[in-house]
Amino acid sequence: MATNVKYDLERRRYILSGTVLIVSFIFITRLFYLQVIDNEYKMWADSNAFLKKTLYPSRGMIYDRNGKLLVFNQPAYDVMLIMSETKPFDTLDFCSSVRITKVQFDKQIAEIKDKRQNPGYSAYVPQVFMKQLSAQDYGALQEKLYKFPGFYIQNRTIREYSYPNAALLLGNIGEVSKQDIAGDNYYVQGEYSGRSGVERSYESTLRGEKGVEILLRDARGRIQGKYENGNYDQPPVSGKNIKLSLNIDLQILGEELMSNKVGSIVMLEPATGEILCMVSAPSFDPGILVGRQRGRNHAALEADPLKPLFDRSLMGTYPPGSTFKPAMGLIYLQEGVITTETHYSCIGGYPLLGAKPKCHGHPSPLSIIPAIATSCNAFFCWGLHDMIDNRRRYSSAQEGLDVWREHLRGMGYGRRLGIDLPGEKSGQIPNSKMYNRLYKNRWVSSTIISVAIGQGEVLATPIQMCNLASTIANRGYFYTPHIVREIEGSTLDSIYMEKNYTSIDKQHYDILAQGMRAAVTGGTCRGIALPNIEICGKTGTAQTPFGKDNSIFIGFAPYNNPKVAIAILVEHGGFGASVAVPIAKLMLDKYFNGEISPENKYLENDFKNRVILPRNAI
Amino acid sequence: MPYKKSSIWSALDWFSILLYITMIISGWFSICGASYEFENVGWFNPSGRPGSQLIWIALSFVLIFIILMMDGNFFNVFAYAIYAIVVFVLILTIFIAPDIKGSHSWLVLGPYLRIQPAEFAKFATALALAKFMSAYGFRLKSLKNYAIALSLICFPFICILLQKETGSALIFMAFFLMLYREGMSGYVLLAGINAITFFVISLKYSESIVGITPLGEMITLGLVQIITVILGCIVKPNSLQTKIFIGITVGTYTLAYIASEFIPINFIWVTSGLLIGTIGGLIFLAIKNWIYNYLLVILFAGISVGFIYSVDYVFDKMLEPHQQTRIKVSLGLEDDPRGVGYNVNQSKIAIGSGGFLGKGFLNGTQTKLKYVPEQDTDFIFCTVGEEKGFMGSSIVIILFTIFIIRLYILAEKQKTVFARIYGYCVASIFFIHVLINIGMVTGITPVIGIPLPFFSYGGSSLWGFTLLLFIFLRLDATRKER
Repeated sequence: MATNVKYDLERRRYILSGTVLIVSFIFITRLFYLQVIDNEYKMWADSNAFLKKTLYPSRGMIYDRNGKLLVFNQPAYDVMLIMSETKPFDTLDFCSSVRITKVQFDKQIAEIKDKRQNPGYSAYVPQVFMKQLSAQDYGALQEKLYKFPGFYIQNRTIREYSYPNAALLLGNIGEVSKQDIAGDNYYVQGEYSGRSGVERSYESTLRGEKGVEILLRDARGRIQGKYENGNYDQPPVSGKNIKLSLNIDLQILGEELMSNKVGSIVMLEPATGEILCMVSAPSFDPGILVGRQRGRNHAALEADPLKPLFDRSLMGTYPPGSTFKPAMGLIYLQEGVITTETHYSCIGGYPLLGAKPKCHGHPSPLSIIPAIATSCNAFFCWGLHDMIDNRRRYSSAQEGLDVWREHLRGMGYGRRLGIDLPGEKSGQIPNSKMYNRLYKNRWVSSTIISVAIGQGEVLATPIQMCNLASTIANRGYFYTPHIVREIEGSTLDSIYMEKNYTSIDKQHYDILAQGMRAAVTGGTCRGIALPNIEICGKTGTAQTPFGKDNSIFIGFAPYNNPKVAIAILVEHGGFGASVAVPIAKLMLDKYFNGEISPENKYLENDFKNRVILPRNAI
Repeated sequence: MPYKKSSIWSALDWFSILLYITMIISGWFSICGASYEFENVGWFNPSGRPGSQLIWIALSFVLIFIILMMDGNFFNVFAYAIYAIVVFVLILTIFIAPDIKGSHSWLVLGPYLRIQPAEFAKFATALALAKFMSAYGFRLKSLKNYAIALSLICFPFICILLQKETGSALIFMAFFLMLYREGMSGYVLLAGINAITFFVISLKYSESIVGITPLGEMITLGLVQIITVILGCIVKPNSLQTKIFIGITVGTYTLAYIASEFIPINFIWVTSGLLIGTIGGLIFLAIKNWIYNYLLVILFAGISVGFIYSVDYVFDKMLEPHQQTRIKVSLGLEDDPRGVGYNVNQSKIAIGSGGFLGKGFLNGTQTKLKYVPEQDTDFIFCTVGEEKGFMGSSIVIILFTIFIIRLYILAEKQKTVFARIYGYCVASIFFIHVLINIGMVTGITPVIGIPLPFFSYGGSSLWGFTLLLFIFLRLDATRKER
């Protein structure tokens, strides 16, 4: 019995050793799980220890077509604060250096510490105390910075503009929105991207590529140096520079001529589709939407009843009025409704509807070329009548209208042209369904006669109007209008390199070009004539629901091998000939001669100082 | 004299010493990794931790030499004296030690020297126990002997608790492993494990409900019922009542499970009914057949049920809030990465980020950047895990396993009871240290601040472990000398 007990007790060493083995087996299994199977801990370790500091690239610069620098980067200074490093200091001295009050100072500190407003707050990590300090304030603060422990200066860049012009076209930069972040994982909260204009449409070209610097951060958030001596760092790649097709001198003149007016000037190069200038009036200085004043200034522009942020060249949809007639003429010729020999009568208006719409004094009957030159309303009303009311041609007015519409769409009306700027509108060209709905299927040309003269349901943007002039200049095709001419180290989108042919044959364009030439030599826009330049043009005086008519002009020059197409629209400017034509004349004078000719100086001064604004805005 | 000296060296267990030296060296490199900073003061500079650990290691070798040069009987003869001195110092420490991180366990002897007497209480208690239990005619049967042995354990244990060094105090559990070897019933250990299991399960599942059955209560009560039946069956394995017990238990649970598919059943009632039935049956059998062991089984069931229903009370009323939180965090009941769970979480991150082969010596980002608190003392294993990966940390665990089992084997080989008991104490103390420390850093057991032998920085613990080990190796050498 006694030996048995002793033997039993000796056996217990196996139980104890076995327990040791089981425990070590459990530990090794646990370690295998932690170290080999579960990857979560490795990620946590990285997010613990690595502070990935973003290195921002410098944004691409923007030049005009002649290489003049338009937009560039300027250093700005953010005041950073590391709360844990602060010691008592002369708060009033600090406040006066950066020109804030003690109250603002306290509020700012409270906001930084507020975890709800600033979820990433840590007393050991730099926090933004003030954004975008001016160079002057920076200088004042820099001298005294040693007195304010915990405060640092971080360099940033902001956009700077060489000219106070082309604000909408160039666009501006603002903080990315939640949608931007959701749509493109490049962005992080608090970063900046182009909000409008070229800055927005060429954002991915201009922004470059962010770099990253991997720093080691200890348990208290202090930086302990670079990871692996920076071997895994990525330097930022600067944004690409962009050369616009814009001629800044034309843009400046355009904006000056349009000052105190509402409207638009668009100039295109027909041979390339390049935009030479694109004015939307009223305009503003792009520099006011930079820096700390951006928010306030943006709000003021938004509140302005004249809507300076609304790019009228692309987004404003207007009845094109008589500038639409060349398009109508082209369709009639193409569809065989008329020939150059077809004459229509005019009785100071369209005879079939009791001399309405009215017309001006000119010989009657007349053919297409004099009809364009004199802007005869009756001629184009007759044309519409002979086109869509002719049952031998089309089985119904509906069919006729839809053929008409397809031709117009081919010319760029009623759809977005595809310009490389954000926010372009499509305008409006009615289709048969629209009239069926409006007139319960019972309609003929007389019902919709106003579309024949660019009124009624027809709406077009100034860029579309200019594009018509450009197409006639090219005698049958256009390049999609675009503002960017060259991207450094890259090529333009192919859609801007292709000719877009319309559905109208070239010989018809020759006729319309003759008509528009005749309008300048002996028609409605005689006032535009410049010596030695064969300008072709078409005026428009479009009725508006209230106030004076819109004054419109489209044209191109010279007649052979055109260099430029132009569209002017001045809201409530009255007759096309009285406002739009002289402005176009000055723009073309500048374009062809480099300077306004001495004999046109008085005109320039006149228009720069002329106020044409709706009464409630003055 | 030369003869004796050479015999001592040849009689030593060089295998254990080799393991000891291997671990000390690995430990020193881990401390280098853990205390490495970007502005490093140099590893041999005594003002840095690797440098001062080198001094402790050198002094340990002096200590080893002294121990080995002593007569083997010295420790037997002076066991009580050593115990008395250490207990005296422990009591003294309670009153004169300054508050260092909440504990009063450090005796400050000068600007550069402070020692933790609790580290020396282990070998002293082991010696005293060995002395007492190796006395002629001692048998671990009488209540008096048990009481004296337990008092020898409890006296320093309470002193250390009063110093607020709960971790070090818990190490005294190791002596129960020795008592088990010396004849204490295995049921005491099982009861202890049972109590911990019930405690953990009822806390962990106290909020979960399956169907209409509270899960924690169900599992614990079910376990009690099943263990009671099993114990009842062990008493008389092949009898009719055994078959009846098993049949009724299995049958009732099966029926209840099938019925629960159709009507909601609170299994607590099923289990309680069965338990009451089992206990009733056992009482009947105990009285009828006059079998004393059945009463012990009934006692087990009664105490277990009482324990289960007092866990919540014990937990809420008797534990300090920080202890409650630590237990909850290690059970996964609370997720509090910046608070109490911070250490464990960072420790798991550091170990987990090591991967299979580790980041390499001095390349651990987590330890280098001080994410793990106490990383050169109690959490030193994180550095091993991060820099040496799964391979390195497994090797360390295997080294410890071989070391501890080697000590158990040596202890069993001892010819004197004194040496055997002391040996079992030593092996068990190392085992409990490794168990609690590695369990803590890998997030298995609650955070209990105790060092990892030979790895953690600190002179007191290194000396404590060295004394513990080499007194045993000296005793072992005596065995062969004769």
